[in-house]
Amino acid sequence: MDLQLMTYLVVGATFALYIGIAIKSRASSTGEFYVAGKGVHPVLNGMATGADWMSAASFISMAGLIAFKGYDASVYLMGWTGGYCLLAMLLAPYLRKHGKFTVPAFIGDRYYSNTARLVAVLCLITASLTYVIGQMKGIGVAFSRFLEVPFEYGLLAGMAIVFVYAVLGGMKGVTYTQIAQYVVLIFAYTVPAIFISLQLTGNPIPQLGLGGTMSDGTYLLDKLDQICLELGFGAYTLQKGSTINMVLLTLSLMIGTAGLPHVITRFFTVPRVKDARFSAGWALVFIALLYTTAPAVGAMARLNLMKTIQTGEIGAPDGNLKYEDRPSWFDNWEKTGLLKFEDKNGDGKIQYYGAGNGFDAKAESFGWKGNEMVKVDRDIMVLANPEIAKLPNWVIALVAAGGIAAALSTAAGLLLAIASSISHDLLKSVFMPDMSDKAELAASRFAMAGAILVAGYLGLNPPGFAAQVVALAFGLAASSLFPALMMGIFSKRVNRTGAVCGMLAGLGSTLIYIFWFKGWFFIKSTAMLPDNPENWLLGISPGSFGAVGAALNFIVALIISNITEEPPEHIQQMVEDIRVPN
Amino acid sequence: MSKKDLSQYWKKNLTIMIWLLIVWAIVSYGCSILFVEQLNRIKIGGFPLGFWFAQQGAIYVFVVLIFIYFFLMERLDKEYDVND
Repeated sequence: MDLQLMTYLVVGATFALYIGIAIKSRASSTGEFYVAGKGVHPVLNGMATGADWMSAASFISMAGLIAFKGYDASVYLMGWTGGYCLLAMLLAPYLRKHGKFTVPAFIGDRYYSNTARLVAVLCLITASLTYVIGQMKGIGVAFSRFLEVPFEYGLLAGMAIVFVYAVLGGMKGVTYTQIAQYVVLIFAYTVPAIFISLQLTGNPIPQLGLGGTMSDGTYLLDKLDQICLELGFGAYTLQKGSTINMVLLTLSLMIGTAGLPHVITRFFTVPRVKDARFSAGWALVFIALLYTTAPAVGAMARLNLMKTIQTGEIGAPDGNLKYEDRPSWFDNWEKTGLLKFEDKNGDGKIQYYGAGNGFDAKAESFGWKGNEMVKVDRDIMVLANPEIAKLPNWVIALVAAGGIAAALSTAAGLLLAIASSISHDLLKSVFMPDMSDKAELAASRFAMAGAILVAGYLGLNPPGFAAQVVALAFGLAASSLFPALMMGIFSKRVNRTGAVCGMLAGLGSTLIYIFWFKGWFFIKSTAMLPDNPENWLLGISPGSFGAVGAALNFIVALIISNITEEPPEHIQQMVEDIRVPN
Repeated sequence: MSKKDLSQYWKKNLTIMIWLLIVWAIVSYGCSILFVEQLNRIKIGGFPLGFWFAQQGAIYVFVVLIFIYFFLMERLDKEYDVND
């Protein structure tokens, strides 16, 4: 069957499934809309958390990032999984015990202050909204590449689907579709990985294939190190960046993961406190399935790419692929502009190499005039992988459906977090406290619809900074929300003034540090200093600053709380109360 | 639950948590970043050990840590009869 027809069928079938689930799980109360009536089985909640968490970035971009950065990309693997340990031990069970619907609600209650609640709402909306733009873009890209419809139509189709199940079903609808989406995305991710691992190493388990031997008896990783080194890219398995940034970036991503409200909210949906702990474990199991496969996908894709281009001995006249002999995937991706070749030395062959180890001088002696693969967008690695490995059409169609599932599930989770903080934290708690349950449910549906429209608009007209904002989202979650939540549980002494000042200090310092190098509100020309290691404070990159912001938050909150009055008796009682499950 | 029991329960919870987080820090920041070069000298199959920790091992350990936490806390909850 023709690839395009096949893709329409597979993607269409998954959409029909999501809508079917939405019709079955309509929310009829605010409790169902916000937290699915607190009746989700912990293992199923773990699965939904997996889909909620794994975004277009995890599905599409991460393996590509690993393919091109090698060992250095480990920070993302560890950062985006290690955060679950913090979530399971420091936050989830206690916030579940507190039993409210949203993250700002806990902060508002614990710090007996609507100001604290509003600051939390502000952080939540900024972090979630910036994050959702990337998902919208991912949906559009997947549609335009695989269904060959314009980007805009793809995005509108995605919005329509989310609209149906999130507005109708709220958290209940989102949870059950996320479970289905997890199954689709993990299947779509692992099937091609298994095929490719079998092809290269004969081992059907990609996690083991990565450490396995190839048909010529050499280890895959040794081979990859050797090819990368010989072509001047630097060894794949060795560190290239600075150690301090690796440590701080890993830490920022871990704390940020634990502090992202759309993930935390998922643990409000399970029946009991111990279910929250159990569910966090299962969430990480389901996430780890993809995250331990990704390094294999990355390494194998890189090897396949290099071997496709460098067909023979380096420097030999027939050692490189002729442009006219390029495979069809090469051609397809060139059309999208994500892959670009430029025949710099006019020999009709493709040269792909780096400048490390003095290889550029050697390359000149071969008559090479620079790296001719002028653009290899890392986002194409996962999507092109099945084609590079010559897998059957149904596998390629499945990958398209998986990418869309990953983007939709995360977008829905984020939009729900935004909608509930608007209807519950702003309207119900601050502006219209006597709203009835029914009116609040209607308001939350309106907020959801509004959030989808705003996200869709931003997806169609992405601000120039769309690529950098994910770092911002994590920076904000790490520097503002995580410390406030953690201190709210582990300290009885931290009071209203301390928490608000701490959040503002963390938020402010992180924002200023990022804007200083990236430009105010990401307008590049307004950057105060060029964004390079010489200018960074102590060599800390803007993306890694979230951990420093979090530290400032802790310090400021503790000092100010200790020089101001103790929190009232009933708040201290509340803290003692959330520390025990019953 | 009495005040004394509560503070005991909380202290035991903190001890469990701190030990598990020490392991968490050792596998991620220790084995995978700070001591990666030393560990890379050891090879397990085709994996340099440090590289394996950074891209596989740390993640497996994280999963195990959460389940250990779950089971230890289950036991503690039963001991203090605070299961909900």
